[in-house]
Parts: sequence; structure tokens; C-alpha cells
Amino acid sequence: MSDFSTWDILRNLLLAARWTVLLSLVAFICGGIFGLIVLMLRTGRSAWMRRCAMGYIELFQGTPLLMQLFLAFFGLSLVGFNVPAWLAAGLALTLWTGAFLAEIWRGCVESIPKGQWEASSSLAMGYLQQMRYIILPQAFRVAIPPTVGFSVQVVKGTALTSIIGFVELSKASTMLTNATFAPFTVYGFVALIYFALCWPLSKTSQALERKLNVAHHGH
Amino acid sequence: MAYHFDFGSILDYTPVLVKGIAITIELIAIGAVIGVGVGIVCAWARSFGPKWLRPPVSAYVELMRNTPFLVQLFFIFFGLPSLGVKLTEMQGAIIAMVVNLGAYSTEIIRAGIQATPRGLIEAGASLAMTPLQVFRYVILKPALQRIWPALSSQIVIVMLGSAVCSQIAVEELTFAANFIQSRNFRAFETYFIVTGIYLLLSILLRQVLRSLGWWLFPKKVAR
Repeated sequence: MSDFSTWDILRNLLLAARWTVLLSLVAFICGGIFGLIVLMLRTGRSAWMRRCAMGYIELFQGTPLLMQLFLAFFGLSLVGFNVPAWLAAGLALTLWTGAFLAEIWRGCVESIPKGQWEASSSLAMGYLQQMRYIILPQAFRVAIPPTVGFSVQVVKGTALTSIIGFVELSKASTMLTNATFAPFTVYGFVALIYFALCWPLSKTSQALERKLNVAHHGH
Repeated sequence: MAYHFDFGSILDYTPVLVKGIAITIELIAIGAVIGVGVGIVCAWARSFGPKWLRPPVSAYVELMRNTPFLVQLFFIFFGLPSLGVKLTEMQGAIIAMVVNLGAYSTEIIRAGIQATPRGLIEAGASLAMTPLQVFRYVILKPALQRIWPALSSQIVIVMLGSAVCSQIAVEELTFAANFIQSRNFRAFETYFIVTGIYLLLSILLRQVLRSLGWWLFPKKVAR
């Protein structure tokens, strides 16, 4: 058995943290694109598509992320792929993020006064044109603080991918604990690294919220 | 080769599932009651408590809200024993859920407290109520009523998060799922059904909390 100094532990954890960051980025970007599609369906004109989007959101918000990861991991392998853990992790996190972002953004779209829809409709704009030129640019402003706030949940969500065997920060910490028998130090460091990743995001979200609120009351 | 789904093989393990459901419900019932209690105390400390108490409470809230539940659980269950604190799996899971929910509910309840009209507190004081009485009767109850929907969703989120407690061998629903799929080798079907059970549990829990809200707060509150 080799000896680990505190620096060795920290160095290995920081190396593993790169994967946490990468997976968070992938999940957030893909989830954002997917969430936008779900949002379109959820606020669209077709009633059954709205219902489908609602069911999808309810399903992903009402079940544990861990179960979704298991289903992605074992479900994909049923279809015949030999699924690497990162693919299942990325897929499940994307679907999960998409559901939450779609619901957050729906609130933002609904905060736009109805007159905006009616005015653009009277200019013979189609649904996609209304969304693209009228609604989304206005909803965007309202949507930024809660979206940044949710990114914290995504970073924390990636910790669960360790359970299906994706080697990121949490998995690395379990492996290091097994090698060093120093769980207090290792998990303490891990908590601090997650904190260092998430806290700036939380603070940014709060600051943006305050800034936008002030602007709102200024009118 | 086509895959044949076999959901029937899970029926043999119904008692395991029922036990898992019972433990998940036990976890969230205990965790929610104590967690909201912690939230109320910390929200009081942050809004009205002595000055020296506020920074540590803020630090606790920020630390819990910005680290994953899994890491909190591992730190409590694997890390604390090296300080001499030995916990059973169940104790570890409940403590982790309490400190996690406590931090989130502190923020939620504090938001409700801040929305209390100033005049109400002054009116309470002018009736010769002690500060604690004012907090208990004038501030807390309407505050809880205001934020009840947000608090309910947070409790549902923590219930779903309790799936992670299987990782320290608490025999809750996810643990039951892992156990069953290791016996019948029907991983997808098992997790599919257990996911459905979680969905039902979260719908049920939301309904229970809504009814509890009606029962606790029968009158409308001034907003």
C-alpha cells in the first residue's frame, strides 16, 4: 500500500473534479436545449402535446434522479448497446435538467403579459415567430436568476452518477477513502470542492435576482 | 436477439418492496418533522436571534445548500466515526436528511417571516406579549402558512433524495430495488416498477401535505 499525503488526496480530488465540471456543463447545455423544446410543447397550441410535456415534467420531477440514472444505465443496455457510464449519466442528467428547466421557464413565459401574445398574433405572427421575436427575449431577463440557481442543482446532481460508476468527484472520494482510510479528510475536502463550485453560482443567482428586482421597482 | 420483458418476477419480492416503502416513509416522516423543526429554530436565530448566533447559522445553511446530499451522507456516516461518533445506518440517514432539510427550510421559513407586516409585531408587543410569544403566535404561524407550498415541495424533494440512503445500506425502497435486481437479474423491470412507486409516493406525499396545510391553517392569512 502506498502512502497518501494530504496533498496527494487533494490533487487527486481536483483532477476528478474536472469530470464533475465537464458533466455539469454537458448536462446543463444539452438539458437547456432539450428544456427549450419541452417548453415549446408545454406552452404550444396543441392540447395533447401540452399534456405530453406536462406528463414528462411530472414524471421527471416526481421520481428520484438516482432511479432515472439506473433506468438509463440498464435501459440502454437492453437496447443492445454496451453503455459506458458517462453516456448513461449524460443522458439521464440531460433529461432531468430538461424537465426542471422547462418548468422554470414556463413560469417566466407566463409572466409575460397576455397583450404581448395578442399584439403579435394580430401582426400575423406564427407561434414560433411570437416565441422567437416577442416572448423569449422578454422572458429571458426574468429567467436568468432561477436558471443560474438551478445550475447548482445540476452540479450537485452529478454526484449521483458515481453510483452507476462514472468516476467524478464523488466516486474518486470513495476510491480514495478505500485507499487511505481517512474518510473524514477526504469527504471534508470533497464537500469543500463542491462548495467552491456551487457557492459562486448561488451568490450570482441571488445578486442577479436583487438587481433585476431593483430594476423592476424602479419603473 | 429480442429482449422479453418479465415484470412478473418482481411480484415474488413484494414483501421486500413493502418493507422498503415502509422504511422510506419512516425516513421522510421523521426527517420532515425534525428537519422543519430545525428550520424554524434556525430561521428564528437568523431573524431575531442574538448577533453572535447569526454567522454560524448562515454558514450552516450555505454549506448544506451548496454540497450534494450524497457527500453530506458519506461525511456523516463514514467521516464522523473517526471523531468517535458512531451511528447506525438509520441514524446516519435521518441525521443527514434533517440537516439537509433543516438548511433549506431555514431559508424558506425566513422568507415567510420577512413578509410579516411590521405593525403586527408592534401590535403583539403592545399587548404585553413577550418576544417569544410574539414569535410563536404572531409571526410564525402566518409565516408557515405563507410558505407552506414551497416547504411542501422541498419535503417531496428530500423524500426523492432519500433514494441515496441505499448507498449506506439503509434498507429503504432503492435498497430493495438493488436487492431484487441482484436476485432476479431483471434490472430494468425492477427499477421501472420502483420508479413508478416513487412517483406514486411523491404524488401521495404532496396530497398529504396539502391536506395537512388545510388542517393546520384553516383561515386565510393577510399577505
